[in-house]
Amino acid sequence: MTKFIVNGREVDLDIDPDTPLLWALRDELRLTGTKFGCGIAQCGACTVMLDGMPRRSCVTPISMVEGSEVTTIEGMEGPEIAAVQSAWEAIDVPQCGWCQSGQIMSATALLQQVASPSDEDINNAMAGNVCRCATYVRIRQAIHDAAKTLEG
Amino acid sequence: MTKLTLALATGLIAAAPVFAQDSLSGPDAFADISDEAERSAAMFTEMGKVLTHPRCVNCHPVGDTPTQGDDMQAHSPPLVRGDADFGAPGMTCNTCHGPQNVALTSGQGSIPGHEPWMIAPVSMGWNGKSLNEICTQIKDPARNGDRDLEAIYEHMATDGLVGWAWDPGEGRTPAPGTQDVLGQLTRAWIDTGAVCPS
Amino acid sequence: MTAFQTSRRGFLAAGAGLMLSLTLPLGRARAQTAATGPFVPNAFIRIGTDDTVTVMIKHLEMGQGPYTGLATLVAEELDADWAQMRAEGAPADNGLYANLFFGMQGTGGSTAIANSFMQMRKAGAAARAMLVAAAAQEWGVPAAEITVSAGQISHAGSGKSSGFGALSEAAASQPLPEDPPVKDAKDFVLIGTDRPKLDTVAKSNGTAIFTMDVYRDGMLTVVVAHPPRFGATVTSVDDAEALAVPGVEMVRQIPSGVAVYARNTYAALKGRDALVVEWDDSAAERRSSDELFAEYVTAAEEGGVTVEEDGDLAAFDGAAQVLEAEYRFPFLAHAPMEPLDAVIELADGKAEMWFGSQFPGFDRSTAAAVLGVPEEDLTINVLLAGGSFGRRAQGSAHIAAEAAEIAKAAGRDGTFKLVWTREDDLKGGYYRPMTLHRLRAGLDAEGNILGWENVVVNQSILMGTPMEGMLQGGPDATSFEGSSGLPYVLGAKRIGWARMESPVPVLWWRSVGHTHTAYAVETFLDEVLQAAGKDPLQGRLDLLPPEATRERGVLEKVKEISGWTGPQRDGRGYGVAYVKSFGTYVAEVVEVEDRGGVPHVSRVWCAVDCGIAVNPNVIRAQMEGGIGYALGTALHDRITLGAGGEVEQSNFHDYPMLRIGEMPAVEVAIIASSADPSGVGEPGVPPLAPALGNAWRALTGNKQYQLPFSGAIA
Repeated sequence: MTKFIVNGREVDLDIDPDTPLLWALRDELRLTGTKFGCGIAQCGACTVMLDGMPRRSCVTPISMVEGSEVTTIEGMEGPEIAAVQSAWEAIDVPQCGWCQSGQIMSATALLQQVASPSDEDINNAMAGNVCRCATYVRIRQAIHDAAKTLEG
Repeated sequence: MTKLTLALATGLIAAAPVFAQDSLSGPDAFADISDEAERSAAMFTEMGKVLTHPRCVNCHPVGDTPTQGDDMQAHSPPLVRGDADFGAPGMTCNTCHGPQNVALTSGQGSIPGHEPWMIAPVSMGWNGKSLNEICTQIKDPARNGDRDLEAIYEHMATDGLVGWAWDPGEGRTPAPGTQDVLGQLTRAWIDTGAVCPS
Repeated sequence: MTAFQTSRRGFLAAGAGLMLSLTLPLGRARAQTAATGPFVPNAFIRIGTDDTVTVMIKHLEMGQGPYTGLATLVAEELDADWAQMRAEGAPADNGLYANLFFGMQGTGGSTAIANSFMQMRKAGAAARAMLVAAAAQEWGVPAAEITVSAGQISHAGSGKSSGFGALSEAAASQPLPEDPPVKDAKDFVLIGTDRPKLDTVAKSNGTAIFTMDVYRDGMLTVVVAHPPRFGATVTSVDDAEALAVPGVEMVRQIPSGVAVYARNTYAALKGRDALVVEWDDSAAERRSSDELFAEYVTAAEEGGVTVEEDGDLAAFDGAAQVLEAEYRFPFLAHAPMEPLDAVIELADGKAEMWFGSQFPGFDRSTAAAVLGVPEEDLTINVLLAGGSFGRRAQGSAHIAAEAAEIAKAAGRDGTFKLVWTREDDLKGGYYRPMTLHRLRAGLDAEGNILGWENVVVNQSILMGTPMEGMLQGGPDATSFEGSSGLPYVLGAKRIGWARMESPVPVLWWRSVGHTHTAYAVETFLDEVLQAAGKDPLQGRLDLLPPEATRERGVLEKVKEISGWTGPQRDGRGYGVAYVKSFGTYVAEVVEVEDRGGVPHVSRVWCAVDCGIAVNPNVIRAQMEGGIGYALGTALHDRITLGAGGEVEQSNFHDYPMLRIGEMPAVEVAIIASSADPSGVGEPGVPPLAPALGNAWRALTGNKQYQLPFSGAIA
């Protein structure tokens, strides 16, 4: 049995402890906002927060998160995620949408640490999140917009 | 036609080992070098098999970005060292690297891991440098994290992240020898004057 | 906001109301009173008693925007408020939901808006007329005095007004107008303006449901071991170790490989790893990309079949200067972010599927045939697709077929989710065909072009598939489109095509033939213009005949917005390319920097003429995205076959996607037009790579005769 907290709720999973967190979240907990894109930490679609830090769930066996707090896109709260989602909606960032949960998790993590990120900060923080539709122009813009909202 | 060399990330899942230097001789192998300084330098040269191995150099970059794999390609995804040598806000080393190596569930290979997992400070960048330069740097407290020789020994002989080099996970060639032999060599090198090879 | 999702429950929950079923264009339709019974998927519009207007979208939403675009067309003629609009994927039904350009249901060729433009407007206009008639009846006023605006039906004289919902049941009993009038373009309220996309919110909070997100009770996840070489088949399977993996329920041999069924994805993947399969390679492709290219060179020398000819190539004899070049392009994978997948459920002799089906009609008939059930007993619920770029539109319907084979081989009722990994995707074929071009051009002493010859060598996308009939015996134009039919005056001209054959399955890839023809033609033309001493941009304009006004329009616009002063400025290179594809005219200018021998594109300017701009926001998004998609491919991507014929790439580490730091700033100008709308999903792609090639040559002098820029393809 592997115990950890997901979106504030304790879970206790009786599955192979090597199971990637990604598949545990999806297959066992039906939290489908976290997406599978590559399985090798190259695309970022599976990004979740692990004890408050972004983490690629596809390369995270559940044995590694025993006792930890996992937050998925469904469980995110706070001013940064709200600002990011509003900014995403205001300029229609998503196209196909598959990568966007991961993009939003990384963008939120960036804004939690850097209030007013430069273009270079954005390039560095978002380098691990692939968007095949190449919505990058709008991702960049929306992060800047969210930062302005948070400044008030 | 000009052949361009873009920084392609082909190193994540490296193929067969590409290094002939898979052995590491202990201090005894240098016993017949009568000149102590010469023996010391020779032992450092032997240590260099480890120090210049991709397992070490990939995360001892001279610049802002680490490399990866046996063929030392640019790290993919692109990563910068950041203020704390731990990546950038929003994408730090532990975004992908956990406390241990993790086998990939599809395809071959693994994501390397260790606690902690980080990039060596820029003052300790070795990538592309000669053994003499690396040796001088290692002895210089201004460029080695303010370590004395004893602390250097501890790092080589006992540090966990250094030790990872001999247990690097599927898809990566381990550093030659063992950490124990590296420790013995370091001890002997220090005891013989810690002479740098020219 | 989940209303756009394909949710039967959501549909029913919206309550009774007006359902229209239209066989358009030209409004022969019948109204149905929406029963309290089950969902009847034969309608484009459903107006709920809660005022919501749900549009059944007959095109796959894969990011290119039809949910928003088609709903806009309906809302315009319905005079609805944008906030009340919803979109839902229409199920598989060739009769009701055909692409009017294809004669069957399907999304592709950037046709969603173009083929639906009048049909969806007529659908909206008919619904509006029925609502107005209902209001006239209820209020006892003349219909002609009733106005509709932003979802409110009003009669000024009596002061009465109502939303749509309150009148929807009364409207359902009104006669359907035979041919409802549609608005004059000058009266458009929504068309031509920006408004929020209907699927943005759910795609920003994780609630959007894609195929892989479908979970059903008792469902098994299935992964398939495919042969390492194209065209190989299974010789033998040892599944003992696979079956020993906890969670693995069964292993079955199916035509495409060996399927592992498990209670979760991880078990399925572990089980597949544990299989021991021997493959029969006797019919497999064993040639490497190198070996294939060698054969392509020979075929190019032989000249292929003539697909376009104009004038006498003897014109070359009088040339003062002849330029020649050979171009090579690799296989390319589409790599949609959501890997291929499908869910299928068998119960009591009937089947239901959930997936991002791009050719629902093909998929339905193919899956039904595999299962041996009548088509009417197989339902396909079309879900959002996490990208496609052509990958989900298969004449072979191989994903639907594989899902059906899995269900059939299970030998029992149940639900099965087929999941491809990224490795399965990149190694799985259905690539943009690898292609070789030979070009030559002859110039006289004054730099006038006397002759132009282009031979294209590649596999056919359509020949040998169930869609071959579309060609009506002619050559496969998707192989060489963009080499033929050029707008420029190029003197005597011959375009040849040599068809190659291989077990490697090929497919249309975002902008199809233009992915390679645009690069070969537009970079070679640039060299020719240079040899003639002409500016790349003005030189193109000078080659256009007087009637080429739209071509000229985009070139002049991109010249203006980019501030074009020539191919070099302040240590940066500038390149231009113009391509018409799928009825849309696009010119792009690329600004490139040399970063240690590696091209870095910093800015791109794009001028697009796609007729009436239904939603400028979506058009700009598709140009931005098309540019990024094309740039990543031009810089990085190639699928190669190594010695023995196995694919050498496997995942994003060796088939890299463009990342944010590589994305240029993009400025898009949309040409004002009253022409019928044409597509935007693909046309942003073709000009980017040649504009980059031209900019790079201008900056460095290096001619890039193969893609990608990053490395060898053979």
